[in-house]
This record gives sequence, C-alpha cells and structure tokens, in this order.
Amino acid sequence: MQDAAGRQIAEVIMMKLNAIENELLKNIADLHNIPSGAVNIRKNGEGIIRHSSANIEVRPKTDKPGIDVIIAPGTKNEAVHIPVLITLSGLVDVVYNTIIVGEGADVTVIAGCGIHNPGSKKSQHDGIHEIIIKKGAKMRYIEKHYGEGSGERILNPQTIVTMEENSIAEMELVQIKGVSSTIRDTKAQLAEGASLIITERLLTHQDQQAVSNMTIELNGKNSNTKVVSRSVARDNSSQIFHPIVIARADSKGHVECDSIIMDHGKISSTPAITAEHPDAQLTHEAAIGKIAEEQLLKLMTLGLSEEEAEDIILRGFLE
Amino acid sequence: MLRLESVYLRLKNGSEEVPILENINLDLEDNKFYALTGPNGGGKTSLAKVIMGIYKNDEGRIYLDGKDITDFSITERAKAGISYAFQNPPRFKGLKIKDLLKISADENSLRAMLRSVGLCPQDYLDRECDSGLSGGEMKRIELASVLARPSRLVIYDEPEAGVDLWSFENLLQLIRNYHKKGNVTSVVITHHERVLSLADEIILLVDGKIADRGSRDKILPLIQEDARCCWKANCGGNNDEVECY
Repeated sequence: MQDAAGRQIAEVIMMKLNAIENELLKNIADLHNIPSGAVNIRKNGEGIIRHSSANIEVRPKTDKPGIDVIIAPGTKNEAVHIPVLITLSGLVDVVYNTIIVGEGADVTVIAGCGIHNPGSKKSQHDGIHEIIIKKGAKMRYIEKHYGEGSGERILNPQTIVTMEENSIAEMELVQIKGVSSTIRDTKAQLAEGASLIITERLLTHQDQQAVSNMTIELNGKNSNTKVVSRSVARDNSSQIFHPIVIARADSKGHVECDSIIMDHGKISSTPAITAEHPDAQLTHEAAIGKIAEEQLLKLMTLGLSEEEAEDIILRGFLE
Repeated sequence: MLRLESVYLRLKNGSEEVPILENINLDLEDNKFYALTGPNGGGKTSLAKVIMGIYKNDEGRIYLDGKDITDFSITERAKAGISYAFQNPPRFKGLKIKDLLKISADENSLRAMLRSVGLCPQDYLDRECDSGLSGGEMKRIELASVLARPSRLVIYDEPEAGVDLWSFENLLQLIRNYHKKGNVTSVVITHHERVLSLADEIILLVDGKIADRGSRDKILPLIQEDARCCWKANCGGNNDEVECY
C-alpha cells in the first residue's frame, strides 16, 4: 500500500533516475512499495531526493557529507529509505549518516548501496552509520549491497549501534552479488533489556573478497543477541567472518555462522564469545561445507537439472 | 512397464569393490502394487537407486515402457515418469516447504497437497525444511513432493520408518489412493506386514539377489518362516539347522 506522499516520491524517483539507476534501486531498496515515511537518495556523492515526513526528519550534515535522520518518539509503522547509488567509474564516496530512533518508536530503516561501474577505475562507497535506538524503541534495519559493471566495486559499510534500555533491533545485512571487495564492520552496545538480532547473508563469486567483523557488547542485565550469518563462496572468492559477542552482564548471546563453499572458494569463520559476568550465557557454532549431495539428488529426482537444483538450494539458503 | 535385464551393481568400500546387486532380472507390470522386502543390507534401497539413476549399474540394461533408459540421468528418468520417495529425506536449511513443493506442483495446489499428508497448510507452507521439523513431518513432506508429480512408476523407500502407526495408516491410504487413480505402478520397500498384505506381488531381495517373488499367499509364509529361522539362529540355535535365504 502506498499513500499519496509515497506515490509522489515514487514519481519523482522515476523522473530523476534513468533505467540503470532505477534497476539498481530496485535491487537494494524496493521504493515502489513505500508505505509512508521519509526518503533520502544519494547518487554519485550528492543527495538528489530528500523528503521528510511529519515524524521523520531528514537533514543534511553541515560538517561532513551525510545526513541526520531524526525519528520522533512514538512514531509507529513508518519507514525511512536512505539508499546510495553510484554509477560513475573512479568515484570514492564516503558518507556519515546518523539515525536516531526516538523513545517508543517502531520503524523500518532501509539503507543499502548499489554500484554500477561502467569503466575500468574502481568505484567505492564507505558508508558509516551511527544508529541510536532510544528507550523502548524498535527498529528493523535492512541494508542490501549490490554491484554490476566492468570496473571494480568496493563497499565498506561501518555500522555502530547504541541500544538503550528495552530497545529492540532486527538487522538484515545482505550482499546480493557483484561486490568486488567488502570490509564490513558492525558494532553494537546493548543496555539493560535490549535485544538485537543480526542476520547476515552474503554471496561472493569470481575473485571477490569479503570480510565481516562484528562486535556485540551485552552491557546491560537481560540484554540478548542472536547473530546468524549465512554465506556462499563460489569460484575463487574468499570470505572471512569474525563475529564476537562480549557479555558484561547477566545476558544471553548466540552466534551462528553457516557457509556453503563451492568451486575454489575459501572461507574462514571464527565466531568468538567472551563472558565477563558469571550469569552470562553465550553459545556459538560454525559450519562450512559444500552442498550436500543428497539435497541435489532429491531435487533431481523431482525433474530438476543439477544446475537448477543447485540454484534452488542456494537461493533458499541465502533468502 | 519396467524391465531390468542382468543388472549388476558394485560399490567401492575403500579400495575394495563390493557386489551389491547381482544378476537382477525383473519385470514390473503396469498398474500393479508391489512390495519389495528382504533382510537389512539385502540391496532394496540400492535397487531403487539404480532404477532412479542415483546409482549407475555396472552391467545390464533397464527399460521403461520398452525404451532403454540405462544411460538416462536422474533428471531424465524423473521426466520420463519415475519417482522415488527417500527413506531419509534430506533437510534444506533456509528452503521453505512451499518452495520445495512448488517444484512438483503449481502454487494453487500446495495447500491441498499439505492437507493430504495431514499437515496444516498455514502452519507449514512458510516453514523451512530443516532441523525444526521432526522425522515424521519430513516423511510427510517427502511424500507430498512425490505424489504431486505425474508418475508412471513410484518407488517408496520404507514409508513406515519414523512415522507413528496412526499416521502410517493414513499415509498408506494416500499411497493406495494415488495408485488407484491408475496408470501408475507402485513399489513399496517395506518390512511392514500391513503393506505386504496389500501388495499384488511381493519381491524378496536377499544378499543382492532376487530370492523369490510371487503372490502374498506364496511369499508371506516364507518370510514368516525365515524370520523364525533367523530368530532361532540369533538366539543360539544351531546354524546348520537354519535354512535362510
């Protein structure tokens, strides 16, 4: 469902973006289904569409590139879309965004970056997001990364989350495909009663490289986190995962890294847990393996070719 | 409809090749309901996998409706109308049940498929086919994925395994109903007397060879006698007195 403002924004987007840019946008943030809320679209280092709603203010930073997104306390069922598009070869774009989710709010933040590199020079986006979730607020955060084109495409997201008492966050961090190199750095600090779920899904192929570092600090009593990472490394690509959960209070944490390795891919997965409180409960698990032969055989007995079976298994695993 | 001529299968065990199936000659007729039984390790599942193309036979030919399918891949055999319900269906992390079933059936019939195997669609369509499901639930989903396909020959590999008796009776009824729709030959690999008693014909496979085949009146007493022999042998009887297959 789209309200009038949403329809108007969608029309502006259609006018301001060409077909390639619209396709990039579709891959990283489905802006055709804006329910209601605010938008900021950054293209090639500049904000090109900016719209605040009654409850969500989007304003440019004055000291450095980026925006502040201020979500009013109590805001419910609204979304803010802040995607970044790069369509120039040789551009290095660094952006600092601050998102403050007001007390008791319940919102969805859709970030993400799509790079279409038409040339031979590298295109790079380093997005530094600082997110503060106030007391009792709830945020769903979706960040999708996608790349295409002939030149190198680099995406280095850095996300720093501060969660106040009894706040809830669900973060979905996805690298769809086509990103030559990424170093992902995610940090979170949880106060009493805060709850954080991070789901990371990552696909690399060709010679792509991905590093994902996470540090989750459970500082408050009854805070909890669950980190689930699922990845597929194909061709000659390589991935390194290093999620750490540190418990400094009576709290719970679980880290799970599950990877499928194919062709000549390389994966290193080292989840770590550190308890600094006697009542902390932390667990971790990691698995790396190829697609189980029985899975392929089962789908082939239903009439699929080996390639079709592989595709369905991977899509299910990553979606 | 299905003919196996002098089929041999040998599988590697380390550096050694072990004979699994020896000189299997088998004719299955159209629309018949067969039970394939025999002691554990006798080659039943291997025979099913040879027919499905999962194992490649080392010697012999396989014909489906007169056509030589020996060199057909699994996919080609599936498209030719052979289906196989796994004894231990694999689990798929992340794959939703509805996405698995969509391979076999169109979206409109998914709910009916789940209902037919005794699973409530709203509870299961969006669930993942992974460790969150019990063995019994996986067997039902396996059956649903197979029965949704149009088949000429369906091989069910121990459908009773891991399923409670009450559910098994329902699943068996489902298999029977699918069979009765016609133009399908069913082979149930089983140790279950209830299935044996329903079969038009029982095929007894022992040590990789077809030891006997025939009507249930002929084969059932042999199996019962054999079971007594083996029990006696295992309980300290004289092996020389025991005549097993």
